[in-house]
Order: sequence, then structure tokens, then C-alpha cells
Amino acid sequence: MKANIVQTWRGMSVSKRREAIAGYVFISPWLIGFIVFIAGPMLASFIISFTRWNIVSDPKWVGFANYERIFTADNDFIQALKVTFKYAVIYLPTFTIIGLAMAMALNAKIKGVGVMRTLLYLPYVVPGIAATLVWVWVLNSRYGLLNTVLAWLGIEGPNWFGDPKSALYGIVMIGVWGVGGSAVIYLAGLQNIPEHLYEAAIVDGASEWQKFWHITIPMLSPTIFYQLVMGLIGVFQTFTSSFVATGGGPLKATFFYMLYIYNKAWESLRMGYASALAWILFAIILLITLLVFRSSAMWVHYEAERK
Amino acid sequence: MNANVIESKWNWRKLLTTTRGYLVLLIFGVVFLVPFYWMFATALKGSEQLFQLPPAWVPKPLVWENFAQVFEEVPFGRFLTNSVVLVVWNVVGQVISCTLIAYGFARLRFPGRDALFLVLLATLMVPRQVTLVPQFILFAKLGWVNTYLPLILPAFTGSPFLIFLMRQYMMTIPLDLDEAATIDGASRLQILRHVIMPISVPALILVAVFTFTDVWNDFMGPLIYLNDPEKFTVSLGLSFFQGAKETSWHLLMAGSLMSMIPPMILFFLAQKRLLGGLAATGLKG
Repeated sequence: MKANIVQTWRGMSVSKRREAIAGYVFISPWLIGFIVFIAGPMLASFIISFTRWNIVSDPKWVGFANYERIFTADNDFIQALKVTFKYAVIYLPTFTIIGLAMAMALNAKIKGVGVMRTLLYLPYVVPGIAATLVWVWVLNSRYGLLNTVLAWLGIEGPNWFGDPKSALYGIVMIGVWGVGGSAVIYLAGLQNIPEHLYEAAIVDGASEWQKFWHITIPMLSPTIFYQLVMGLIGVFQTFTSSFVATGGGPLKATFFYMLYIYNKAWESLRMGYASALAWILFAIILLITLLVFRSSAMWVHYEAERK
Repeated sequence: MNANVIESKWNWRKLLTTTRGYLVLLIFGVVFLVPFYWMFATALKGSEQLFQLPPAWVPKPLVWENFAQVFEEVPFGRFLTNSVVLVVWNVVGQVISCTLIAYGFARLRFPGRDALFLVLLATLMVPRQVTLVPQFILFAKLGWVNTYLPLILPAFTGSPFLIFLMRQYMMTIPLDLDEAATIDGASRLQILRHVIMPISVPALILVAVFTFTDVWNDFMGPLIYLNDPEKFTVSLGLSFFQGAKETSWHLLMAGSLMSMIPPMILFFLAQKRLLGGLAATGLKG
């Protein structure tokens, strides 16, 4: 590879060399950022994960001790993984289904739909902290909006963020409120589906459901796939809502993985341990993403793909 | 007559679909927008109205002073200024760096370019938590904790997503334009400044809008790097406020409401471009 570059370099004319140098100069801010803020820190974090370090004193090499402890004697780690996975399992399908439904509703050819597109997108631009505070208040067990409405229907609402059984669903609601951002992407996908596909289906006597299942879903599958991958990475970074709404409680029912890393690094100042936690999470995310990519061949349909 | 029957049937169908469409939109509208109303209504309640049962839908009297009260309870004006300062620096940083970097990737040829671009795309998948701790240690060793540098400097190295966005846009500009300018004796920087940038304004606006919202809404960055309440941003200030005054929900809602006004105004101004641009790339999670 290196020899290759040297060879290409020798074979280049002066003007081409100049262009190449200019190219490197133009992308240099990114190169520097990549080394200083991404590649360097990743390498550093990997090394730090084998130390005990509180920043103030010198780091102490402990070998695999952090990893060993995490995998054998750390109940918080298990709990953080459980919470994060449970959240992923509830949140991702809910988010995808509601996002798709919203996009289809916004794709209707009726008057006023443009205004609704704007309005339903709005929660997505609300700062995470404000969204969290609103929902903490909406879900207040006594004075909150939701339980008031439930009371009209004769249902006694749960104590949402006060009850370990329901707290995680509260966090799900905060996340799903911002589904408009995703719905807009689906909407763009819907509008790119050629009309003639539906027309042909109507001629063949297809029902609404069949059109949805055999045209809309396959044509949207690349978009759904992309949104799922990004959503998955987002799930593992869920932080603000649990930090502000519950602080991880009650009884660690909303103790997200990111919250655990934050606690270890910035409350207990255990940088080595936190780094080890981060790397384990990174490995898990990579593994899951890889699985999703592998599975994608079975359900993602690319129009331009040649078999 | 036959045609008439078909036509009336058709109209019925159309009416049904339209009604159904409105009904679904209505449900979505109520579910997703009522929290805004609730926030607004709460922000206008006096503290004695907060804990009424059942809660009032329309506050009586309307306490508009709550909004001013927020500025007295916490240095909210200070928080706003701080957020604006951070946003301006970040927008400047991203616009400059993304333009330069995207130009390099989109319009210049150099060995290893495509491999490097793949690396850039791969970094989109690196979760923030892996780099968070060592970045913090780096900035701590430099003595930059409790300054804005850790929250500004990275912007000058370009965000991978925004670089990608700019690059895709620049790829669509015909290369003839550059060649014509070169023949006229323009340097690369001149070409970028006078040919490419004016055409790229729509993409640049997207870069600015995304940066604005990301920085304005960022919570974790300020939480980790800022200790001094005088330096807090709006997001961080709000959480600090909540920690101190758990029961002042009318003020918390007034503060939250004010915190979402700038990104909302921006969204209204840029919405055509924003939604169109998103559609074009099919990206952004």
C-alpha cells in the first residue's frame, strides 16, 4: 500500500502532484481532528482500560483486572446492560412503527397536510432537557396530564417515573415524542416510490394491505434499515432523559449503560474502569450492527441492485 | 347512467379516504402537540394553581410574569448568552472546516482519497462514549476544563456527517466550472470562494442549521466540561434549575419553553431547505 502510493507519486506529473498536495491540505483539518479527537482517544481509551486511574495521580497498570471485575463481580454492569437492551427492544419497534405510520399519514394528499408536517416535526427540534422536563411533568402521577386523561376513562394511571415497573416506559415516551425527525425521512422515501407500481397493483386488484406489504415496505426497506442502524447506535447513547428524569432510578430501573459510564468516570473518577466499560459497549454495538448488516440481505431491497 | 354510478361511487371512496386521512392526522396532532399545550398552560399558572386537583386546562389568572421570574430565579440571561456564544463559534468552525474538507474530497484527486473518505464514513459509527473519557483526560491535562475550548475546538475539524453532506452536494456541481476558472488563472482557494461556495449556499445553510440545533441542544458536553454556573448553557442551566427547585414547575416550564424558541424559529426559517435537504441525502437519524 505504501509502496503503491510512492509509485503513483513518482508517476505523477507536476500539476497532478500539486493537486494532490492541495487535496491533503484541504482535508487536513479533518485529518488532524481524526487523529486528535477520534483515533488517538480510541487508542488511549483502550490502553487506559487496563489501568486504574483517577486523573489526579499517576495511572497504575492493572492488566485485565477491570475486565475481570466487570464480567464476574459487577451487578451494575448486568443491570445497565439489561436496562439498555430492554429499552432497545421496546423502543426501536415502537419508534419504527409510529414513524412509518406518521409518514404515511403525512403522505395523504389532503389540504393542510403541509402544516401538519411542520407541527409533527417540532418535538424533534426541542432540546433533550426541555423534552425531558415536559414529560416528567406530563407524567406526574397526581398532577400530570396523562394520568388526568386516564382518570376520565376510569383508569388509575401508574406512578410513571416513581415506579420501577413503569419508569422505563416513561423514557420510551420521551424518545418517541421526537419521532417526527424519522417520519420526515420515511416521508421522503414514500414520495420516491414510483406511482406506477401502485397503479399496476390496483389493476391486479391488490388490497390496501397488500399494496403496503408488497410495495411500500420493500421500497422503503433501505430507509428503514438505515434508520434502524442509526437508532440502535442512539439507543446505546441514551443519557439525558434518564439522567434528568430519574437519575437511573427507581431501583435502577432506568440505569442506562451510558449513565453507568458517566457515573464511573465523572462521579467516582475511575477512568480505567469507565474506559473498559466503553470498550465492551463498543464491541457489543459492533457485533449487533454486524448482525443487522448480515440480516439485511434477507429483507432490505435495493432497487438498483444487480443480482 | 352507468358512468354516473361509477362516478358517485368514486366520490364516496374519495370522501372516505379524505376523512380517514384527517382523522389519523388529528390523532397524531393531539397526541404529539398536547404536551406543548400543557407546557404552555403550566408556564402561565401561579404556583398555587400548580397542585390543584383536577389540574386546570386553562390557567386563571394568566401569570405572564413567570417568564420574567425565570430570569430572577436563575441567571437565565447569562445561560442564553453562553449558548449563543458557543453556537456562533461552532457554526463558524463547521462552515469553514466542512467547506474546505468537502472541497478536498469532492473535487481534488490525491492518492488514498477514497480510502480516507471511507475512514471518515466509518467514524460516523463510532459511539461517542468510546472517545469521551480520553478526550476529557486530554482537555483536563491541557487545563481546559471549565473553559469553552473543549466545546468549540472540535468544530474546526469538521463533523463527519456534515462533511459528507457538503461533499455530496459539491459532487453535483459540474467540473467545467472549476476548469474554466483555472484557465482564467484563479487559484484553488479563489475557485472555492467565488465559484463553489456561492453555489453551495443551500448545503451551507443545512450545515449551519444542524450545528445550531446540535450545539444548542447538547447536554452531555457542557455537563462534563463546565463546573462554574456562570458558564452554563441553557440546557445545563435548566437541569441545574430543576435540581434546585423541584416543585417550581411553572418556572421550569417557562424556562423550557424559552429554551426551545431559538431552534424552533430557525426551523421555521429553514424548513423548506431542511426537509428538502434531508430528503436528498436520505440520511440523519
